[in-house]
Amino acid sequence: MSFLEVNDLKVHFPIRGGFFGGTQGYVKAVDGVSFSIEKGKTYGLVGESGSGKTTTGRAIIGLNKITSGKVLFDGQEINDLHRASKDIRRDIQMIFQDPYSSLNPKKRVSDIIAEPLRNYEKLTKGEEQKRVQELIELVGLSPESSVKYPHEFSGGQRQRIGIARAIALKPKLIIADEPVSALDVSVQAQVLNFMQDIQKELGLTYLFISHDLGVIKHMCDEIGIMYKGRYVESGTKEDIFNNPQHIYTKRLVAAIPDINPRNRSQHLQFRQEVKKEYEQSFNKYFDSEGLAYQLQPVSNTHLVALPEKG
Amino acid sequence: MSEPILEINHLTTSFRIKDEHYAAVDDVSLTVNKNELLAIVGESGCGKSALAFSIMRLHNRAKIEGEIKFKGQNITEFSTSQLNALRGKDMGMIFQDPLTALNPLMMIGDQIGEILLIHNKTLSANKRKGRVIELLNKVGIPRAEHVYNQFPHELSGGMRQRVVIAMAIANNPELLIADEPTTALDVTIQSQILDLMKELKEESHAGVILITHDLGVVAEMADRVAVMYAGQIVEIADVYTLFENPLHPYTRSLLNSVPTANEEQSKLHVIQGVVPSLQNLPREGCRFSARIPWISESAHEKNPVLHEVSPGHFVRCTCYKDFHFPDGKKEDKHHVIS
Repeated sequence: MSFLEVNDLKVHFPIRGGFFGGTQGYVKAVDGVSFSIEKGKTYGLVGESGSGKTTTGRAIIGLNKITSGKVLFDGQEINDLHRASKDIRRDIQMIFQDPYSSLNPKKRVSDIIAEPLRNYEKLTKGEEQKRVQELIELVGLSPESSVKYPHEFSGGQRQRIGIARAIALKPKLIIADEPVSALDVSVQAQVLNFMQDIQKELGLTYLFISHDLGVIKHMCDEIGIMYKGRYVESGTKEDIFNNPQHIYTKRLVAAIPDINPRNRSQHLQFRQEVKKEYEQSFNKYFDSEGLAYQLQPVSNTHLVALPEKG
Repeated sequence: MSEPILEINHLTTSFRIKDEHYAAVDDVSLTVNKNELLAIVGESGCGKSALAFSIMRLHNRAKIEGEIKFKGQNITEFSTSQLNALRGKDMGMIFQDPLTALNPLMMIGDQIGEILLIHNKTLSANKRKGRVIELLNKVGIPRAEHVYNQFPHELSGGMRQRVVIAMAIANNPELLIADEPTTALDVTIQSQILDLMKELKEESHAGVILITHDLGVVAEMADRVAVMYAGQIVEIADVYTLFENPLHPYTRSLLNSVPTANEEQSKLHVIQGVVPSLQNLPREGCRFSARIPWISESAHEKNPVLHEVSPGHFVRCTCYKDFHFPDGKKEDKHHVIS
């Protein structure tokens, strides 16, 4: 059985309006998403802005209300995290996108990192301090960082404070929502390497949400591609990058800039061919509302949203 | 053969913090030729946007020293009205965030029309509308007649950026400055916008300065590349040389820290330390030396200057000769000197 299993997850937001402020309809931010993650692996959730990838991550950790569907964590249903046992809540942690807005500017680093410890563990002042120092060391910050405030750090350092907070309770699953999107490439490399290191050290499982396919390919074992709240394709890294089946995935892969300038004109031609194919076969791959069909297996690991035959 | 549109000589842009001036752009010299796309790459805080803003003279508090020659005229001596005659006409600018670059209270058609009107007071309203529709079509906006009467918030990010581009090219500028034009956009939209910019450049033969932090974008777009670090240009070369034979330690480190979708590296290269802030910049010696401490002091120059190692390929400081990665790490294969 998988470590995290998401079954037919739906998150619909009501649209209020009209004279009495009644519900006029729903925004189907996540509309029937299913996937599973094995323990110790990294699962990548990819999509463009508005595809519902962040909402999916937030729904799993309980920051968005689940409309229907099931989330199983280690075999236990956790649809309602507030009612779920306290253990589960400490086992799932989140790293947020923007290290500038996800740290309380009025708190010292030591208090930021100690907050989850204070919520879940009864430690003495001394023990707490020791744990915080260990964490600060683990994420590669200098010991005197604990008395500083977030504004005294650079973006990469702040993101590492966010990571220290996320791993303070030794969680099993970390949901990382665009953890490096706000960072420069050299800092990005630092954070990604670090995430890989602690994954090995602590046996973490990641749900890695990103729009950057280069980063996704570097980090993930399995990948799901979302479009307008639905899955269009899922599979292993090889399935997605070497053998994309859905036209939307092809287009995403073709849109990644090629780092070798010699391939430039070739790549442009390829991109234009894919664009043409995308325009011509849009109706074949999407239903009348422009949404993806149900996923159909094309191999043991590879699922593609194709119309049912017949 | 190559006609310079823009020539920058020893440009230094400094900002006053308390009582001191600090140079965000430090002694930068470069040229942009007609029909050439020069990419300026660097990380946040390296001065690349400050450089773009200096060329357009959009900083009103900065102290600008050196020469900026646009078609032979030194525009650092221009008055505001002289500059206004250039801005939006001969020099166009595409900004990073299309939502903040557009006026939320003005209809798209009026915003683009305004630029035409400012530089040509005699243009009749009818002709102006015709030209705006023509521009909207040119940048690939469907149903231009309809979009003409829409407000910015009604358009998607990609469409807004197309509007910003339409504004920048409205008066057929000879120099176009694009400051991170696709950073705020999704990848598929990014590739569309970049392809559009390429097409427009081919058509108009304008000189383009593309400012970006994305090396993939550089590889796709640029003719020549200038790499900036801490306010200075550390390496400048044509795009093929830069990717195949990068010399400066910073360029090589940067190329190695990018996770690419084409190649698998188990571990990314991390540049040690952090980018120094404007006030803490070492004003003497090689500015990158603090981040490659395993390279001996003697490898650096006292006052690093740009050396021409091959025609058109300039590298700052002599430390590139002795540079190697700390753990004997191999570089990606197409980056290695062949």
